[in-house]
Amino acid sequence: MSNNDTPAAPVQRAKTTGLHKGDIVPGVAKVDPIIVADGIRRTFGGLTAVNVDHVEIPRNAITALIGPNGAGKTTLFNLLTGFDKPDEGKWTFNGHALAGMGAHKVARLGQVRTFQLTKALGLLTVLENMKLGAKDQIGENIFRGMIPSLWRKQEAEIEERAIVLLKKFKLDAKSSDFAASLSGGQRKLLEMARALMSEPTLVMLDEPMAGVNPALTQSLLDHILDLKDEGMTVLFVEHDMHMVRHIADWVIVMAEGQVVAEGPPEEVMKNQAVIDAYLGSHQDVDLGVVTGRIEGELNTAAIDLAAEVEDLDSKIAKRKEPRK
Amino acid sequence: MDLIQILSNTGSSLIAPATIGYALAALGLAMHFGFTGLLNMGMAAFMAIGAYGYAISILTFGFPWWGGMLVGVGGSLIFALILGIPTLRLRGDYLAIVTIAAAEVVRLLFLTTTFDKYTGSADGLSGYHASFRAFNPIPDGTYGFGPWVYNANGWWVRIFGIVILALAALILWAVMRSPWGRVIKGIREDEDAVRALGKNVFSYKLQSLMLGGVFGAMGGIIYALPASVNPGVYVTSLTFFVYTALLLGGAATIFGPIIGSVIFWGVQTLLSNLLPAMVNIGLLPFMTTTQSQTVRFILVGVALMLLVIYRPQGILGNKKELTFVK
Repeated sequence: MSNNDTPAAPVQRAKTTGLHKGDIVPGVAKVDPIIVADGIRRTFGGLTAVNVDHVEIPRNAITALIGPNGAGKTTLFNLLTGFDKPDEGKWTFNGHALAGMGAHKVARLGQVRTFQLTKALGLLTVLENMKLGAKDQIGENIFRGMIPSLWRKQEAEIEERAIVLLKKFKLDAKSSDFAASLSGGQRKLLEMARALMSEPTLVMLDEPMAGVNPALTQSLLDHILDLKDEGMTVLFVEHDMHMVRHIADWVIVMAEGQVVAEGPPEEVMKNQAVIDAYLGSHQDVDLGVVTGRIEGELNTAAIDLAAEVEDLDSKIAKRKEPRK
Repeated sequence: MDLIQILSNTGSSLIAPATIGYALAALGLAMHFGFTGLLNMGMAAFMAIGAYGYAISILTFGFPWWGGMLVGVGGSLIFALILGIPTLRLRGDYLAIVTIAAAEVVRLLFLTTTFDKYTGSADGLSGYHASFRAFNPIPDGTYGFGPWVYNANGWWVRIFGIVILALAALILWAVMRSPWGRVIKGIREDEDAVRALGKNVFSYKLQSLMLGGVFGAMGGIIYALPASVNPGVYVTSLTFFVYTALLLGGAATIFGPIIGSVIFWGVQTLLSNLLPAMVNIGLLPFMTTTQSQTVRFILVGVALMLLVIYRPQGILGNKKELTFVK
């Protein structure tokens, strides 16, 4: 794929560094952690989905949570946000102990999340979706709700804020459409914008790029980077390594429920354990180069892979011939 | 075949207390099912609690009519709490199962002979009209025109019922256009998403169950107001009839449940008069008059199926919503 497809080549923004204290090992202490979790265990019958001894999420930075499927990333997400309860363990957010707290209370403290399977509220309009995100609404009490004069003014302010955000996410033209009429990528944008309506301090994104086309990916990346510039902390689960490398300040790698490595992205991706468990040995090579569609340099490992591909190609070609 | 009489009966049914009672219960279901997505299959129990609460507090405890209504409404609030606290944490279909069971428990409690002194068991209750009729501001006499000719008490029940219905519709409209209503509709679409935005979903669902339950209880009271409380009325099929009225009009609308109830009762009365008349003059040679009474309930069932399949948004529902039915 050539770079001409994507609008306005990304400007690399400065990474936040110096987040940790001491040697980088799994569970390293951070200079200014926003989440500190200890001894979190969650089992489903005989399966231990999450077993994290200690992990800290640095404040005002973008942290990526990566790992193979079934590593417990989403389960950890659910536990931290109160959507699931751990068998044991405690954790704090901004100094508040969160263990045993319901999901809605966690969200009110300023820790808001999105979902792996996008949850746009289909039969609400895009604008209603946005307004729902705002916190502390007077009219959300049933009795005060019946008297519009009590909430009209706040409603107008919320609407104004929603429209600004919708413009930023390029959804303003859709504001009166049902959210169900949006495309998958637009729903991702809406879900993120809706989360921002609650003015969070920590935004947790579960696979924000899944199913999003490359052009939209670029703008989503910029939105996530903007969050950091606006003083928020971002924690996200993602499989797209280019994205992780591009925007993450810190990477935490999970496997089989445990944190197996963490550190700045460049260093984590050189870690042999991470490469073996998750990335695979050809992670540095563009698939286009391997298959020969794009000119590029191959390292030795990739040359082997290219030979393998060629071999497979010829076998497929042979199999097809007799049919003709 | 007395066509004039048949049409007159049909016209009269349009503002009958039973129609108004159904409309109130259907408004309650609009709150539960249409707006909040709670599949409450126990609306008959809310109606029974309203009617029995009204009748028992007047007959046994000598309450005035308004005191009886408060007891009926209060009873439905308590029932909503008892029903909601253990079940609203469950997913929608489990709520449907539990509410059917709870409604049967309530009906059998009113039917059992153990409490015969208070509930009249299988005989039901009657003769609680004095207090309500004493408050009738309409002078004695017969009023009206065409099919709508009633005496003072008949008009008092109907006018009272229509005022209560209008109030209920007004309240439902007021809360559903507020930010509270937005949270409720959000819960219908996806409660986890709403929870993630910091709303106490359980509390909202309980409030919805209670508000809709109050509408149901008032429906039960209006239904029983002109005549008697009969335990045979509050069976599970009552809930299904109210659902038919609701879906006919449009589940997520304010006026849909009212229009649906009027049409439901209009068609029911028309068929219950027309079919036996047609049998009598030999137009339907393959059935008896008794069978024709059963046929109309079969037709209700068929109508409900056709509605859900071909027009799930009802008469007043938004066409656009249908495009995105899950």
